[in-house]
Amino acid sequence: MTKEKHNELKKVAYKVRQHIIHMSTDGGCFIGASLSCVDIIVYLYLSFLNINKNNLKSPDRDYLFLSKGHDVPALYGTLAEIGLLQKSRLKNHLKTNDFIYWHPNTNIPGIEFHSGSLGHLLSVAMGVAYDCKLKKQKNKIVVILGDGELNEGSVWEAFLVAASLKLDNLIVIVDRNKFQANIETEKLNKLEPLSDKLKSFGWSVRKINGHIFTEIDGLFSQLSVHSGKPMFIIADTIRGKGLPSIEERADRWFVNFTKEEVESLLHELKTREMSKLTSETLMVR
Amino acid sequence: MKISLENPELKETRQAFADALLKLGKENPKVVVLGGDVSGSVKTNIFRDAYPERFFSVGISEQDMMGVAAGLAVAGKIPIASTYGEFATGRPFDQIRQSIAYSEMNVKICASHCGISVGPDGATHQSLEDVGIMRILPHITVLTPADYNQTYKAVLKAVETEGPFYVRFYRDKTPNFTDANANYEIGKSDILTDGNDITLIANGLLVWEALRAAEILKKDGIEARVVNMHTIKPIDREMIIRCSKETGGIITCEDHQVHGGLFSATAEVIVRENPVKMDYIAVNDTFGESGTMEELMRKYKINYEEIVRKTKKLLNKK
Repeated sequence: MTKEKHNELKKVAYKVRQHIIHMSTDGGCFIGASLSCVDIIVYLYLSFLNINKNNLKSPDRDYLFLSKGHDVPALYGTLAEIGLLQKSRLKNHLKTNDFIYWHPNTNIPGIEFHSGSLGHLLSVAMGVAYDCKLKKQKNKIVVILGDGELNEGSVWEAFLVAASLKLDNLIVIVDRNKFQANIETEKLNKLEPLSDKLKSFGWSVRKINGHIFTEIDGLFSQLSVHSGKPMFIIADTIRGKGLPSIEERADRWFVNFTKEEVESLLHELKTREMSKLTSETLMVR
Repeated sequence: MKISLENPELKETRQAFADALLKLGKENPKVVVLGGDVSGSVKTNIFRDAYPERFFSVGISEQDMMGVAAGLAVAGKIPIASTYGEFATGRPFDQIRQSIAYSEMNVKICASHCGISVGPDGATHQSLEDVGIMRILPHITVLTPADYNQTYKAVLKAVETEGPFYVRFYRDKTPNFTDANANYEIGKSDILTDGNDITLIANGLLVWEALRAAEILKKDGIEARVVNMHTIKPIDREMIIRCSKETGGIITCEDHQVHGGLFSATAEVIVRENPVKMDYIAVNDTFGESGTMEELMRKYKINYEEIVRKTKKLLNKK
């Protein structure tokens, strides 16, 4: 990856994090999960996926399915930065005059499918992947799952079927931030050893740090799809990445900050100086 | 009891659920609680902290949760399975149908965050079909309490009564207006305001809206009767028939799809027993979106203003 590209990715990811912080007030958002998958989503749109405003309906475009849905502010921010969504619309977050909801919906250009109820989109993506294979198209189908989402049984049905169908144009990325709602994943339903589970299901499994662009690029630029196996990528991430006062804390799942806290968090993003957050703005869901 | 519409006390119905669980935890060792990884939101964390050995979080695995609940009932426990309305009904529907309803297991499905009340969560999380899909199942009793006081009593009633139950409540604070000392009798609705021009049969959130509408209608010389139909199944047939005879027209009021819920249940009685003019306040065969509860109730025409409008329309009054 060139130095210019690397700088561009970092710059865009920073701006997307700013957008996410702006969406964490006036109703709030799932800030932790949004911040954990920013770098992956930014990388995918800027360096991997063939998705742009001219090919959104074209059959040879690549597909991204954001299955967990709670992390959609990261996608809104990225779509705004690459020009698929007008930046001015981000301030309509949760307003009934627009479609910038807590969960993704297809009224937003670039969002392929509604989500929000967990464990649905891997199966939907498999349908698309199967059809692409039938038509001998070379496009890539990427699904982002949450690690908590792996609790849902439907996901495991899909893992079995995708391997049997040899859907090697299918790439699943798990945003492994190790939290779900207000608990650590390993304290609830143990996922580890996750690699071994998916390998035993017949998937190709790779692990990366989901915040280091050179590492993400190291994998995606060399990715050999069409190996006969679907690809399972465990992206090791930090919930709340970029904001020390949010990072890796079980109580920072859903937040609804005051305007002052938003200002303080924007400052924190720049300086890593911890913000003072009141407990009332956390877990208000 | 005369209900005052001025400055109502606002309380969360999900807190009523939490408070009822604490009482049950203390009094009935058979009661166990299952959660689907939303224990903070649904407030089962309060029971969990008090009785950790009687709380099971199965994670985000709602189908599994219903099966496990059925198994605990086989073993003689009284399991309370709880999550958001959509994920307590839609997702595990087959498990509920086979392992709880058909099998007549003593499982209490208690659903929070129902209807339009989840607001910003949007369409995927707004359970607007839950009453319908629970009501069509044989054996299940379906309760839709109107406020904190009634939700508290509904949960206790469900536990003390043998058989599968579905209890529906909300996330946000809502007016707490029913008499704390009144009995909650399953299948027996309450007349909250009397009147003889029309009957407003309401449940859940919409009972308060119906009371507000009745107050406004009164100023225009229309005496509306407000019935709190807190049990959807078994529906209070006698009350529906009586009101149709005494007041003529009926308008049902619910925060649910028009198909399958209170309007359907009431119409099923009316068409056989005493056909009168009917109309509905309900979500009109569409999915929701993000917004505040109040905003969405206005946009989807399920608030007091709409009740007033439809009442006048039914009575041919301007």
